[in-house]
Amino acid sequence: MGKNIIVKTEGLTKQYDKTTVVDNLNLEVAEKEVFGLLGPNGAGKTTTILMLLGLTEPASGTAKIYGFDSTREPLKVKRLAGYLPEKVGFYETLTARENLRFIAKLNNIGYAESEPLIEEALKSVGLSDVADKTVNKFSRGMKQRLGIADVLVKKPKVAFLDEPTAGLDPEGINQIIDLIGNLPKMGTTVVFSSHRLYEVQRVCHSIGILSKGKMVVQGNLDELGRDALAEGRFRIEVETAEPSPQLVKVIKKIKGVSKVEVKGNQLHITTDADLRAEISKAVVESGVALIQVKIEEFSLDDIYMKYFHEAD
Amino acid sequence: MLTILRKELADYFTSIRCFVLFILVIAASFVAIYAAYNGIREASIDPGPVFIKLFTVEEDLPSLTILIALLVPIIGVALGFDAINGERSSGTLNRILSQPVYRDSVINGKFLAGIITMAIMIGAIILIVGGYGLRMIGVPPGPEEMIRIFIYFISAVVYGAFWMGLAILFSVIFRNLAVSLLFPMAIWILFGIPASIFNPYISFFVPAVSDSIGAQLMIARISPYFLFEEATAVLLIPIWRGAAMWTSTTGSMLPNPLSLDQSLLIVWPQLTALLALTAVCFAISYIVFMRQEIRST
Repeated sequence: MGKNIIVKTEGLTKQYDKTTVVDNLNLEVAEKEVFGLLGPNGAGKTTTILMLLGLTEPASGTAKIYGFDSTREPLKVKRLAGYLPEKVGFYETLTARENLRFIAKLNNIGYAESEPLIEEALKSVGLSDVADKTVNKFSRGMKQRLGIADVLVKKPKVAFLDEPTAGLDPEGINQIIDLIGNLPKMGTTVVFSSHRLYEVQRVCHSIGILSKGKMVVQGNLDELGRDALAEGRFRIEVETAEPSPQLVKVIKKIKGVSKVEVKGNQLHITTDADLRAEISKAVVESGVALIQVKIEEFSLDDIYMKYFHEAD
Repeated sequence: MLTILRKELADYFTSIRCFVLFILVIAASFVAIYAAYNGIREASIDPGPVFIKLFTVEEDLPSLTILIALLVPIIGVALGFDAINGERSSGTLNRILSQPVYRDSVINGKFLAGIITMAIMIGAIILIVGGYGLRMIGVPPGPEEMIRIFIYFISAVVYGAFWMGLAILFSVIFRNLAVSLLFPMAIWILFGIPASIFNPYISFFVPAVSDSIGAQLMIARISPYFLFEEATAVLLIPIWRGAAMWTSTTGSMLPNPLSLDQSLLIVWPQLTALLALTAVCFAISYIVFMRQEIRST
């Protein structure tokens, strides 16, 4: 689709004490998309992000961001990339603004330039009114949001967020997820790791699932969903008052229906296309009371569980 | 690196830790002034320049030089023990390292900021004692004394830098704050014990040692504490000829004050050794830090 690949790893491998944490990983992230890096704890998500940022040296393979090798040219990469660590920390005795100012200075952003940037970043995470309070008075959620502001201050081309929602309450999670969803509009590509599937599904365009350091699957979320759920087919659920064997026979005769399962009052029908209209017509004509027909939507859980079991 | 240096300095000066250390420094200066005040009235003091005696004379209370030899390691360790692992455990280290800065500028900035802070503290003690002393005795220091005091100041800062380097080294190696505080403290206490205590044990394994004062000195000189004491004595007590006094066969002669260059000639090895120890400590922490994994978990 002519997408611009800006984050790319080739055969990325990392070992700690002879355990392979990241194993021959190939990853691609296109510009201005939100990429979700999924996987259980210890799958190598954090290590992958660290290697992409040049904070950890890979045993073999390369990680490139905008064509810059993360291991060889870490400073160039760090100028383009923002990073929110999993356990984000600030200088507790400094105020939120001072913390951000320090980061701006480290990025060689002059005072005149940095003040509006800091103001903007604090505003976008909703911390403007506590900007001059010291960080030790901040709650976990506020610190996490300040962490995002910290990434935004340097206006990164690509932001790596490691478990940005870990340990937050539902409201906090929503705020952060909304923020992440807005980043591509501001020209920032986002790579974030998480194991909360729901939030990944809400904002991500593409995902990659890691397991034991290996990329199990990666790609566009919609396609993956369809694949995972029914090998590219549709599943329609029909709930009736009392399904008769006769009805099942009728439905099976509809063109495109490949399988019908009866589960109590429900029929699970696998089809090649969206046949809801035909099926409901058949049910009504057979004289059985129709309660509801719905097409089963995939959830990320399905994708995750499917590929995850395959990996085992 | 300047940004980090400036932030570290600001951190030090606003911290409670530094405030406590400054109080300690001021208290020590007054103890030293009192000791000098009492000591300098004694008629039986050695010949030589008077002003410089303010720093070394003691009566009832320890002199300034002894206080500095005790205080400086505490200051050094207090400034350095959480330099790296403190940042690591608060989660700020990986945030800073993900910014476009060289990794060494973090540790260099911290080390420099510590040295500057220490220099200010030691300078403050010397100036307080010198200033009050001047009011008290009314004898101004000569140029040679000024230079001696200045060299003493530099060597005290280097001595402090050694302890800070040691503390930073442990803070790079150990993730736990308590461990990185205890280790340099333990080493400080170990070196603070006069080396003569160990002589029986050493001579048990190496019998030749107990016969030779030279060999005993060699062992004592492993300790930076002893090196600094020697350097101090030679620099600030012009008649002092270092440990050579004991071994010299002309010891019965009445000693005259040495000139500055002669004193310097005697302490040159001590000063070099101190500097080398500091450099080694810092170099090891530098290398370990540069190769270390950043992961906080």
